[in-house]
This record gives sequence, structure tokens and C-alpha cells, in this order.
Amino acid sequence: MNPLKQYLDLYEANAELVNAGGAPVLNALRDSAAEALRNTVLPCKGSENYEHTDLPALLAPDYGVNLGRKQLGINAADSFSCRVPNMSTALFFLSGDSFAATPNSRNQLPDGVTVCSLRHAALTEPELVASHYGRLASIDNPLTALNTMLVQDGLFVHVRAGVRVEKPLQLVSILQGTIPMMAVRRILLVLEDGAQACLLCCDHTQSADMRCMNLQTVEICCGQGARFDMYELEESTRLTTRLSQVYLDMAAGANVLLDGITLYNGTTRNEVHAVFNGEEAELQLLGMGIEDADRRLDNYTLIRHEKGHCQSRELFKYVVDGESTGAFTGRIYVAPDAQKTEAYQSNRNLVASPEARMFSKPQLEIYADDVKCSHGTAIGQLDPAQIFYMRTRGLDEATAKTLLRQAFMADVIEPVRLPQLRDRLRHLVDMRLAGNAADAASCASCASISCEENGEI
Amino acid sequence: MSQYMLKVSDLHAETGGKEILKGINLEVRPGEVHAIMGPNGSGKSTLSMVLAGNPAYTVTRGEATFRGKDLLAMPPEVRSHEGLFLGFQYPVEIPGVSMVNFMRAAVNEKRKYLGEPPMSATDFLRLMREKRAVVELDSKLASRSVNEGFSGGEKKRNEIFQMAVLEPRLSILDETDSGLDVDALRIVADGVNTLKSPENATIVITHYQRLLDYLQPQIVHILYKGRIIRTDGPELAAFIEKNGFDPIIKDAEL
Repeated sequence: MNPLKQYLDLYEANAELVNAGGAPVLNALRDSAAEALRNTVLPCKGSENYEHTDLPALLAPDYGVNLGRKQLGINAADSFSCRVPNMSTALFFLSGDSFAATPNSRNQLPDGVTVCSLRHAALTEPELVASHYGRLASIDNPLTALNTMLVQDGLFVHVRAGVRVEKPLQLVSILQGTIPMMAVRRILLVLEDGAQACLLCCDHTQSADMRCMNLQTVEICCGQGARFDMYELEESTRLTTRLSQVYLDMAAGANVLLDGITLYNGTTRNEVHAVFNGEEAELQLLGMGIEDADRRLDNYTLIRHEKGHCQSRELFKYVVDGESTGAFTGRIYVAPDAQKTEAYQSNRNLVASPEARMFSKPQLEIYADDVKCSHGTAIGQLDPAQIFYMRTRGLDEATAKTLLRQAFMADVIEPVRLPQLRDRLRHLVDMRLAGNAADAASCASCASISCEENGEI
Repeated sequence: MSQYMLKVSDLHAETGGKEILKGINLEVRPGEVHAIMGPNGSGKSTLSMVLAGNPAYTVTRGEATFRGKDLLAMPPEVRSHEGLFLGFQYPVEIPGVSMVNFMRAAVNEKRKYLGEPPMSATDFLRLMREKRAVVELDSKLASRSVNEGFSGGEKKRNEIFQMAVLEPRLSILDETDSGLDVDALRIVADGVNTLKSPENATIVITHYQRLLDYLQPQIVHILYKGRIIRTDGPELAAFIEKNGFDPIIKDAEL
């Protein structure tokens, strides 16, 4: 049976309800998305870009979708705290797909910056939203089509030309529900020419024993000379499925850093589709996965150098332990006239147990002749000579291995451009690899940090 | 407690299916400095690896006791806690692990083994400073990753620095003199001499007389094809410097 049928049926039976909870700008694209889905066969495991993610199986469960927009559980903004120590952020929430702001989070933003519910923006500034919504996200991608067909809300960020948002924006997203739920989220980020912003997304699941799904599509439009950082930190649960597609468009001179950090998860498929549409733009694309037990992480990235004189640097690192599976597919495309492109891709992985599996597929597709490109992948184990050296100095085997794994992740944490976040990440990764943070629904890592600080300082 | 700090009897060991040590006998008392010399491939480094507990080597026969305890039954880290130190011929680079964190972990693991609380940050920094001075190690090196980007001489000095911090009872220095220029050799040798006491002992593995001139071993062993074929006083090292190993090997094979 086609697992997409249940979603198509859901939409067809409830189109009015879906539209009522959305906005005309969002509703306008639903039918074409549904049509695309009707004509698609979900790529199964083993197909070109989904070798290690079984989409039909992941979409088969009967998830509830909160189309009626009922208030579920508690108000995230009131109850949830996920703070980066020593780092003040303008804090916002997505509970399911519903946006919430703390009373003073908006006051912290300069003029020319809008951070709000996508639905609200689509209702109040339909022309602005319509000029960007669905422009980058392709409904040829079945996950994006599914998102586009059902989405009702999410986050909208707009930064006017030349405006710099000094304070990092932080979006804490929470999945919750008393039955298995699917959150259909849409994030639309528009930075006009010369705008600057930084977004930290923390993904959590409220309850460890509830199956749930985050179906997320992110569109990022960066104008000329815009500078944007996005850090996505997943700390969810074993029963959480995350299917994320990020679409990034960079105009001339844009400078973007995208970092996908998977600390705790269940099954995760992250896609990044980035396009250079102007010269002299720069992208740093980073990713990190720490997998154990039966967790699965699949990162797919596609960087399209359509214009010359741009630079992309990509680094993904994994530690796979237990019976986990890691997969990385990275493709860099350089168009025929994208001369003077510099594109570097590296994927390095540590396999920590005999049962863990890592799959890596670096791909370069180059049609220009005056470029500097490289790609490399390595899958290996810890060096026994290093472990022995450390043991002769009195470190037991487990401690030595933990230190080496922490060291392994150092160079993918180093490029993080927010110093406080870099420190926090180092700490979270150290704790994760030392195995002393719980796989919890709430932000356990944050709690442990404050305990430790109290104890030590 | 036995009068011997280290007593090795009929030690056989192999690696990769090849027997390297074929019956080593060795006794080391507190306060002694031993030199082990021998041609390349005779098993000197293997002996040091086996005594330090490298899991890549398998002991097939014989025994070794360290301060009366069964050395071979201990994992490498316990050997370290008990006071055994191996200065590596080729110190291993560990990118991403800073010297400071590494030494802090080493010091505190030992203290944990001895039932002591972790060292305070101030005491630890003082200890680092004090021990760096023993081998004139640049403070910048201490903040770098373990051995990464260190010159050959810096790596060897770093080994002696770690030895100074861990204050072992028995140090095995495997070709600590190789790759050192005259000044570095003097610094390393001075460091080892500074750390010498009537309670601890040193085994120096070397090809050359020049380190022995500094360290003044009382006992010199010649290792050949996995066996100690001659043990004598310091004059043996001088003899080898002059005549090479051949006369002794020929003698032993008669």
C-alpha cells in the first residue's frame, strides 16, 4: 500500500479544516503539492538518494496531525527552559507547529526585524510571505510536498536590508502529544541585502515513550551580502522521527553557516539543498552526529555552485556506536560557468562498535574547468596506539576512548561562530560521549550543565 | 616484599604470530640504573612494550613481578598507577587532546587508584610548572595537543616531563636518546638524573654510549634474538661503543 495515501485521504477529507487553520498564501500551494504526491512513488530504501532511509516505513504509522489546531498539553513558553549558559538569546517556541514568544523576546529585537508565527505573517503580510514561500522548497521532493500539503504554521523571520540582529534568535521546538503525533512545521527565513542574524534551533521531544514525527521544511533566502548562521541541535528521543529539508538560496556576497548537530535522536533524515545564485558568496556547512543504541542518522546535502567565485566548505563528522547507523551523502555541483569556485567537502567517521554501521557517499559533479574542489571521506576506528599510550599514563581504556572521541569532534565544533555556543557545544558533546547525560524528553543536558557548574565553581 | 622491584623470569612473548622474546631474565632493585643494549630487531622495544602491557603483544611463557605483585596480570593503567613508566621511542600524537587535560586526567586517575581526592586546580598548575622546569619544556607546548606538531626533541622532553609528573618507581626509557641533538640530550639526561633517587629505578634502552655517559648505569645487558646474552658492569657499554656487538654475539654463539 502506498503510505502516502493516508495523508492524501486526510487532506482530501479535511481540506476545509486544513485551510481554515492555515492562510491563503499557504493554502494556495496545497493542491499542487497534493497532485505531486499523487503522482509520486515514495523512494524506497536503496534508491539513489535514500539508500539508508526507508521513507515508506517511516511514513507508514498512523500519526495524528493536529489539523484542528487544538491546544495540546502545556504551553511550552511557560514551562520549558532550554538556555545556553552565559548566552542571552531572544527566545521563541514551537510547540508542535504552534508558535509562541515570551513577553520580552520581541522587545529585544531591533526595528526592521520580524519574528512571528508563519500563519500570522501570511495573514498580515501576505505579499511579503507569498514572494518567498515555496519559492525554494521543491514539491518534487515528496517530503516537502507532504509538508506543503498539510502545513498550517511555523516560524517566520524577516530581517530588513542592512539590519543586524545582534542577539541570537533561539527557537525551542517541542514535540508532544498523548497519541503518536506528527508536527508539520514550516520555517521561512528572509534576510534582505546586508542583513545579519543568527538562529539556534533546539529540537526536543516532551515524552520519551511516545512515538512522534517532526516533518519540517525550512526555506532560507539570503540577500546580497547577508550574513546568517543557523545551528540546529537535535536532542530528541529514540521514538522520534525527524524528516527535515532545508533549502538555502544565497545572493552575491552572502555568508552563511549551517550546522546540524544530532546529539540524541531516533531516526533522523536531514537534507540541505543550498544554491549559490550570486558571486563571492560563502557557505560553511557543518554536521555532527553522535549515535548509539539503534539510532539512525542520515544527512543528505546538495550544494549547487551556479555562479562563480563562491566558496563552500563542508565538514560532517559522526561517531557511531552500539547498533546505530550513520549515513552521509554529499553532492557538490559546479555549473559550467561557475569558474573560480572553491568547494571542499569532508566526511570523517568513527565506528565505535562492531555492530554499528556507517555509510558515506561523497560526490563531486564539476562542469567548470577553473575550480578548486576536493572531497574526502574516512571511516575508521580509534587508533590502538593512542589508546595504549594513554593507558600507560594511567587512563583506563574507557576514559582514553572517551577523550579520543571528544577530541575527534573538536574540529567540527571549532568553526561555530558564537563563542558561548561553541563552549556549550563542547560541553554537551563531552557529556554525551562520556555517556552521563540521559536520553530525556526535556533539555537534560542543560540541567546537567547547571549542576556541574554549581558543583565546581 | 621482595628485594627486587622488578623480577622477570623466562619471559616469552610474541606479536603477530612471531615469537620475539625467548626467555628474558631480569632483576632490578631500587636505586639501580640498568642499560639494555643490542642490535636492531633483538627485541628491546618488545620487552618495554610487554612490561608496559601493550595488548598487541602476547606473553606465552614466564612471569614478571613488580614490587611482589604479578605485573602481567595488571592492565596497563594499573601498571602505571603502581609506578611503572614507559618513555616511548616514538611518542604518540593525540590531536585534539591537550597536554593539560591529558596530564590532569593522568594525575587524577592515579590519585583515584590510591584513594586520594582529585588535585585542586591551583596545585595542579603548580605541579605542571614545577615539572616543566625539569626538562625546560616550553609552557606553550603544555597547552597544545599531546605531541602534535612537536619536534623530535620536544617529544622526548615531553616524555620525561610526563615521567616527572607521574613520579614512577620504575622508568623504562626506550631509546629516549634517539633523534636528539647534543643539547637536547643533555637536557633529557639531566632531567632523568634529577628524578633519580634511592627508591626508584631506571631501565635505559639505547644503542649509544653517549646517554649512558650521563646516566651512569651500574648494570648493562646485551639483548640479542630475544635473550639477554651478556650482563656486566658499565665497562660493557664502553666495550660495545669501541668494538660493536659482534664479538659478544660470536662469543655467545660459541
